[in-house]
Amino acid sequence: MVTDKKRVKGEALLDIKGLKIDGFSDDVWNPIVKGIDLTLKRGEVLGLIGESGAGKSTLGLAAMGFARPGCRISGGSIMFDGMDLIAASEEQRRALWGSRIAYVAQSAAASFNPAHHIIDQTVETAVAHNIMTREKAEADARDLYKRLQLPKPDTIGDRFPHQVSGGQLQRAMTAMAMSCRPDLIIFDEPTTALDVTTQVEVLAAMRDIVEQFDTAAIYITHDLAVVAQMAHRIMVLRYGNLVEESATRAMLKAPTQEYTRSLWAVRKLQKPESISDDIALRIHNVDASYSGAVKVLDNVTVQVPRGRTVAVVGESGSGKSTLARAITGLLPPSRGEIYFNGKPLPRELKDRDKDTLRRIQMIYQSADTALNPRQKVRDIIGRPLEFYLGLKGADRDRRVVELLESIELNESYIDRLPGEMSGGQKQRISIARALAAEPEIIICDEVTSALDQIVQEEILSLLMRLQKKTNVSYLFITHDIATVRAISDEIVVMHQGKVVQQGPKSQVLSPPFPAYTELLLSSVPEMDPDWLTGLLAKRSKKAKVSA
Amino acid sequence: MNTATTPVRTIKARRSVFENIRRNLKTAPLTAWFGMIVILLYAICAIFAPLLAPYGESEIVGKAYQLSSAENWLGTDQIGRDTLSRLIFGARNTIGIALITTLLSFLIGGSLGVLAALKRGLLDQGISRVVDAFLAIPVLIFALMMLAVVGKSLINLIIILALLDATRVFRLSRAVALNSVVMDYVESAKLRGEGMGWIVFKEIVPNILPPLITEFGLRFCFVFLTISALSFLGVGIQPPTADWGSMVAESKSLISFGRPAPLYPAAAIALLTVAVNFVVDWFLHKTSGLRDGH
Repeated sequence: MVTDKKRVKGEALLDIKGLKIDGFSDDVWNPIVKGIDLTLKRGEVLGLIGESGAGKSTLGLAAMGFARPGCRISGGSIMFDGMDLIAASEEQRRALWGSRIAYVAQSAAASFNPAHHIIDQTVETAVAHNIMTREKAEADARDLYKRLQLPKPDTIGDRFPHQVSGGQLQRAMTAMAMSCRPDLIIFDEPTTALDVTTQVEVLAAMRDIVEQFDTAAIYITHDLAVVAQMAHRIMVLRYGNLVEESATRAMLKAPTQEYTRSLWAVRKLQKPESISDDIALRIHNVDASYSGAVKVLDNVTVQVPRGRTVAVVGESGSGKSTLARAITGLLPPSRGEIYFNGKPLPRELKDRDKDTLRRIQMIYQSADTALNPRQKVRDIIGRPLEFYLGLKGADRDRRVVELLESIELNESYIDRLPGEMSGGQKQRISIARALAAEPEIIICDEVTSALDQIVQEEILSLLMRLQKKTNVSYLFITHDIATVRAISDEIVVMHQGKVVQQGPKSQVLSPPFPAYTELLLSSVPEMDPDWLTGLLAKRSKKAKVSA
Repeated sequence: MNTATTPVRTIKARRSVFENIRRNLKTAPLTAWFGMIVILLYAICAIFAPLLAPYGESEIVGKAYQLSSAENWLGTDQIGRDTLSRLIFGARNTIGIALITTLLSFLIGGSLGVLAALKRGLLDQGISRVVDAFLAIPVLIFALMMLAVVGKSLINLIIILALLDATRVFRLSRAVALNSVVMDYVESAKLRGEGMGWIVFKEIVPNILPPLITEFGLRFCFVFLTISALSFLGVGIQPPTADWGSMVAESKSLISFGRPAPLYPAAAIALLTVAVNFVVDWFLHKTSGLRDGH
């Protein structure tokens, strides 16, 4: 490789000065990135963190000299290894992309072409840039698969993207980015879509390979604990401005800015647990399956006390969401019974009366799809009022405003469409819609996982306040242990359709753990930069002992 | 919170419908403006035909086959009726019938399409296969056959064309509704216990409206051309009712004598088709989120 002789660790590789980027919306150019300086040395990993809209992805792409459609670079300079990327022609930049600067996107599943074998896509860049012959590139790809600890590295490349898991695909994409041994890799939220247990493996593999080849990297995420494992240095961004920048350890120890501290504070939300014997909903020995084949729920028994929060945790495929579908009647259980206030619930949705439907409400993960984009807030919240409670006209509107105020919004939102609100506000509207029915149970399906941490905290504390006021029960489905710690009274751990453990929070979260609970809990990243290293050492020791 | 005791504040919409239309019109391209103005002129002709036309629809005003003159601007037809008057009345008949037919076909095809997407299973299979069978036969030939069977009348014409066209609308609305029915808001409405009517018309239809409206514009043109074609063949709108298709048919032989008579109604058809397509293109561009330039 041409750049090999120049690969000296510690030399400045990327130098961005006073970068300004504008985005086009509502017929005007608005600044997204407002004058940011950034330097990156060879072999250094820089973490970019911030809420959505902070400009981190835009900045990450700008480091490649690329502005997304609808964006323009309006000022500053980007020097990559002595080359001005802004002044460079499209052709010159394209020669860099893929070969010397690589990009790993958030969703590997969306980034791979489903119609080609993984290995063909891995070697494509190297072959296209004439860096290697096809045979050599394929051999190299297999070597990379091995280094990334992918199972069966010699043959996994012959599979199609849908034939491997999400975590494996994310690692395959890292291999693709590595195929030309770039000087710089940009990771844009590469583990956000993964389960915690998978995330650990992917993080370890990425960190390892970046170190092995002395590649400089920009790691973009909104998860502080993750960035603490990966980065040497962290930059905190907000509204396109730099809030704070320092070495990872220094920042974790003593953040100087109020905003950075507030990012920390989120993890400290705690609710004292309280136990109740007044059971509102009891799921008893329930089996369920899609089209009769594999049991997605296997003998599940869960109890939800009145006015309390039961958190259901587990990775994707554990059957958590199916449990919600069984309760709501969308997927009638094949065996077992669900009791609501002591009475068995009809299995099928169509057999339930309006009043039963009213008492069980649901809030979805993504407010974007849960709120009809063509309906105004007035109609979204007003419909259950009209439908269940028979409120009309002015009475209905008055109640809508009351509900808006209870979710800490005001009447100016009543004529907005979902598209005119932020993610957090939309999720509040979903909550208000559920509350409008005056339910006894609300099933919350991953309601905070699509939100930023600060917004998450706001939503969680809102839910808690509303619970106090209305004594509603929550069945809170999530894969995020931090959320569980924050709001639950009881915890149900699910794995492969079975309940591994159920009990009060204090009991489930303290040892001794069943094996799966332990794995799940230990995989949650902590704010300690040595956490990942320590965890991997512990796990490999254990593996050796058991072998 | 004392909102319960205070009188309800009426909350104004931030931007009225009128305001929105004004904003959209301001950014409309020249082609769209052209299309809208032409459609507006046609609509005025259709609505105020008796006031605008110098003579009655089937009034014989002079000798047959007259050239343009001060009395008859576009000349007269084969039995001495004023061509301009017939053109103006023709707008009323041709456009009116095409509009009713298209609306009917959208009502039938659209609701069946959404229902099929929502219900899936046997209902979907049943309707889809019937539609496939219909789609296998060319519209014009099928319409000719059906008209021969049930007899030539205006009502029959409208119903047959609407049904045939509904198959195309069904295909489109089913396809776009499939993307919408899997959304959580539809599930949410089902969980609320909403009936089928609410789910179809309040939850799904508003979300699939942009492609449907676009299709409406195109379908309207097709229906209108089909009616003209059927009239040309003599089974469409019956004399003495004026319509452009039959006007072309009646005067077609004049073209070989270098007379422009068949060109007037033909131009009327072509101009409207072009105008509708301009407007539809603009609408499609606006709602599809396609942005050129930046």
